[in-house]
Amino acid sequence: MVKDSGQYYYVEAVNAALRRVLEELPNTIVFGEDVGEPGGVFGATRGLRELFGDRVFDTPISETAILGAAVGAAMMGMRPIAEIMWIDFILVALDQLVNQAANIRYISQGRLTAPLTVRTQQGALPGSCAQHSQCLEAILAHIPGLQVGLPATVQDAYDMLVAAVYSDDPTIIIESRGLYRRFREEATLAGPVQSVGGARVRRPGSDVTLVTWGAMLYNALEAADMLSNEGASVEVIDLRWLVPFDAETLASSLLKTGRLVIAHEANVFGGFGAEVAAWAAENFLYALEAPIKRIGVPHCRIPAAPHLQAALIPSASSIAQAIREALQ
Amino acid sequence: MTTNRTDNHKAQLDLLRKILRIRIFEERVLQLRLEGFIVGSVHLCIGQEAIPVGTCAVLGPQDVVFATYRGHGWAIACGTPLEALFAELMGRATGTNGGRAGSAYLSAPDYRFYGENSIVGAGAPIAVGAALASRYQGSNRVVISAFGDGAMNQGAVHEAMNFAAAFDLPVVFICENNRYSELTLTARMVRSDRFYERAVALGIPGQRVDGNDPEAVMEAVEKALQLARQGGGPSFIEAMTARLVGHYVGDPETYRAPGELDALRKVEPVAALRERLLASGVPREAIDTIEAEVRLEVDTAVKAALAAPLADPAAVREHLYG
Repeated sequence: MVKDSGQYYYVEAVNAALRRVLEELPNTIVFGEDVGEPGGVFGATRGLRELFGDRVFDTPISETAILGAAVGAAMMGMRPIAEIMWIDFILVALDQLVNQAANIRYISQGRLTAPLTVRTQQGALPGSCAQHSQCLEAILAHIPGLQVGLPATVQDAYDMLVAAVYSDDPTIIIESRGLYRRFREEATLAGPVQSVGGARVRRPGSDVTLVTWGAMLYNALEAADMLSNEGASVEVIDLRWLVPFDAETLASSLLKTGRLVIAHEANVFGGFGAEVAAWAAENFLYALEAPIKRIGVPHCRIPAAPHLQAALIPSASSIAQAIREALQ
Repeated sequence: MTTNRTDNHKAQLDLLRKILRIRIFEERVLQLRLEGFIVGSVHLCIGQEAIPVGTCAVLGPQDVVFATYRGHGWAIACGTPLEALFAELMGRATGTNGGRAGSAYLSAPDYRFYGENSIVGAGAPIAVGAALASRYQGSNRVVISAFGDGAMNQGAVHEAMNFAAAFDLPVVFICENNRYSELTLTARMVRSDRFYERAVALGIPGQRVDGNDPEAVMEAVEKALQLARQGGGPSFIEAMTARLVGHYVGDPETYRAPGELDALRKVEPVAALRERLLASGVPREAIDTIEAEVRLEVDTAVKAALAAPLADPAAVREHLYG
């Protein structure tokens, strides 16, 4: 059993959040491929079936049925939490999120709602193939009616998932498989339910704003350290939620620094960084002292071999280089 | 039937009234579409009315329906006021969805109608989710999932049927088999068009019924509801029918065989039921009176819908999030 506060792995925080909502909200159910008896391929749902019985169950390998069942159950007043094992698999069932879940409140003028949560995870890790390594947050963030969050810290793995389940709208929490057991971190696995939304300044700075989300936060922080040794002060903002978008936190940082670098693991072309950049250009062009820089994977598929992946995915040093260019 | 002749006539006349309500509603929709009062894609269910009428005749107040874009008949059979439906099709504030859904995606949950769906087959997994909720909520609610024969070739329907079967969920799958996948003869798209056999292969009781006979539909659905309420899980009913109009208003129907529609008109639900009633001694005037009453009901609903204000564009961004 996890205590309320202490050192936890990210995946333990996910597990604790699920346990909390299952305890607090009798209309929650947790399901997906291998999430019941096996406790999830990454262990996120371990022990929940024993504690909550049929409210936590395994499903056929049928992503459309999983997400469709979540939509239907949510329409009838449940708060389903569905796991899609890899975000790549969400593509085979995107209809249930884009055409179905996202429309329910709007088209019914609020007579019906779909308070469902989808937990999934993304990102490339050494050896992960091209169908198990994509970062697809931009596809989901583009859809009005959905909410999209990417927890980067252990605390957020807990808080954002709890917030998602308590929210009355369809919410996709994109976790990071690479962070599940990378380190333990001090976290409080209790506390008030947060509302969905809100960026966080992870490291204050004054020369340049570095916006990031998901696992890329750690490369961004390392890059900020490198720049600090060179005498530049980098403000690192963890966007946390792409939708709803926290323009306020970004605006106040930009007005302070006048420079913007955006770093994400997804490919740059058509990525969510483009939205952030366009927003900044539309609203703060005359406050900017340098062109906006975006760094991410180039327009390319993701190979499996680690050294090939490293040639594509932004590292702390490539982010640092982008910051140096923005500071020129 | 064990009921006596008079009771039976009364019940059958009531079924005729319900079928005519849909038929005359749809005929008026067609007219309004051609006159330009209704815009966009309109998919009429003329010829298929006996399936929603027969089904809804045996549903309980707790049961719910998920249908397809050819769903006006389902909405009406569930009890949705005609005025709200006409208003929806004409973008009025008083429409079931305030003009946001239109003809092909409307819903009326207050009347147990959880909606049309414009993605073929996509309603089936959602219906299964509603059935999943029944289990946790300790409700004896059964969910109706209606779709066409074209949807049988969608993965979503296969996934939904297996999911419901695996977990014994209280859902009744009703395949409204009108033999066409939009503009294409379904038989050309499959090796076997006996779709109830697919259900049987998944462990779901499946049967074919005459979808033009509301009483045959009632009987099959009643049995399926009973099984579902007893925890016996899903059933599959393949209701054989025909649409007497195009896939959409404006469909040139070049795919029809010569004489096809003439043959279908002899067995369509209104003609069949009317003939049966007359043959069993119901006076023609009784039937004519019902038809006149339904026409008046439809006229009144259209007038009220036309008089209602258009939905307010100032509110167009409301209800995206809670």
